[in-house]
Amino acid sequence: MIYAKDINERTPWQELTPGGEIYEPGTARLFNTGTWRTNTPVFHEAACKHCMLCVPFCPDNAIPVQDGKRLDFDFMHCKGCGICENVCPFQAITMVSGGAPNE
Amino acid sequence: MSDRLSGNEAVAYALKQINPDVMGAFPITPSTEIPEYFAQYVADGEVNTEYVTVESEHSSMSVCIAAQAAGARAVCATSSAGLALMYELLYIAASCRLPVTLACVNRALSGPININNDHSDSMGARDTGWIQIYAENNQEAYDNFLMAMPIGETPSVRLPVMTCMDGFITSHAVENIELLETEVVRKFIGEYNPENYLLKKENPLAVGPYDVSPYYMEHKVLEAEAMKAAKARILEVATEFEKISGRRYGLFEEYRMEDAELALVLIGSTAGTAKAAVDKLREDGVKAGLIKIRVFRPFPGEELARALANTKAVAVMDKSEGFSANGGPLFAETRSALYDLKERPYLIDIVYGLGGRDVKTEDIEKVFGRLANIAATGEIGPVYTHMGQRSKEENA
Ligand code: SF4
Ligand code: SF4
Repeated sequence: MIYAKDINERTPWQELTPGGEIYEPGTARLFNTGTWRTNTPVFHEAACKHCMLCVPFCPDNAIPVQDGKRLDFDFMHCKGCGICENVCPFQAITMVSGGAPNE
Repeated sequence: MSDRLSGNEAVAYALKQINPDVMGAFPITPSTEIPEYFAQYVADGEVNTEYVTVESEHSSMSVCIAAQAAGARAVCATSSAGLALMYELLYIAASCRLPVTLACVNRALSGPININNDHSDSMGARDTGWIQIYAENNQEAYDNFLMAMPIGETPSVRLPVMTCMDGFITSHAVENIELLETEVVRKFIGEYNPENYLLKKENPLAVGPYDVSPYYMEHKVLEAEAMKAAKARILEVATEFEKISGRRYGLFEEYRMEDAELALVLIGSTAGTAKAAVDKLREDGVKAGLIKIRVFRPFPGEELARALANTKAVAVMDKSEGFSANGGPLFAETRSALYDLKERPYLIDIVYGLGGRDVKTEDIEKVFGRLANIAATGEIGPVYTHMGQRSKEENA
């Protein structure tokens, strides 16, 4: 069985799966798609009330939660769409231009 | 066991014997009878196929793709515009490496709209990644369909298979036919056991993911290699089939080719007519022969070159136009195959039989007359011509 973690952009064709089939769930976790970002959200922890409104709104599941607390962004998957900034009632998120700083 | 069946009946009967898991069913002339006869088998409880009636051929092929990905054996039948409406899905089935089986009953593809036979529908789909196997008559339509799954489902191949027969000429004409016993067919086809499929809970599967450019090329190479591997598998399956049927199949049929100097290369039911013409010419001492291409994808280029190596003049007969302004698709393949020979025969292309235009033994004899002339004089004349159309000029 060929696993997603074992293939990359240097893998020869002989070692890829037919039709690009993927034999495991949740493999998006392994891929750094945060490089596509051109804007970046900044988390102001002091202002955050942990109301959890931003979490389900994030289309990329890039706002991790642990023990009822919202943690800093998962920049490996955040696309910088700004939806979280928009829905946060407490100005705990602001967008800055550019994708590089937080990688 | 012997019977009398039309080509469509024969394929429907093969389907009944196979008892596939899913059929994506949508009617279009002249393939309509296949899902129609099969619906009766479903209604009578003779098969336990999930018979999915859909609203278009785009959907019938989509049903087949989804079912096959889920781990089922999926089949459908279509013709002409129906095949054209499947166009995108044909590529999806092949590139997702899903061995769907499709009975294509060849009919002209519009326009002007026409329901009769030529090969423009399946020839338009020749580069979709499907294996294509063509029948001369009802027996071959039945046999080819039975061989399709053991070919396509082989792990080293995993490609969809299109078995083609000539619309009306083969699909609707009733002929004597030898049918295999159902238990023999079931044993020959075997169970469909893909290694991975959507309903396998041990390892959830994603089919047809987005492929970025660093991977796409590699996946296409895999697909191309599968098509190359299919050639050997087709022959292997033919050998196994011969054991249960006594009928022998190759990548193409060579008819009186041993010492042939003049030869035709063609596809489908015209072979019957051409064989009669070859026999007649042989009686007159003409060294005429015929190659009937059975497998068009993968194309048996090297084998064909060997078979034609000792001929003097060859006419490829294309039953589809192609509009390349440089000859039909069978001509392009044949001429390309012959390029590697040190000494090549003269080669011409004749596009004929479009939209059901009849071809008679006399027409075939005329083609051989032209070849005899070319072989004798070395003057090839126009390389790419049409035959059978009304014209102010004489044509052959
Ligand atoms: S910017 Fe968009 S992708 Fe990034 S965390 Fe906020 S909502 Fe999610
Ligand atoms: S919406 Fe704002 S306040 Fe609520 S959890 Fe998200 S960042 Fe914190």
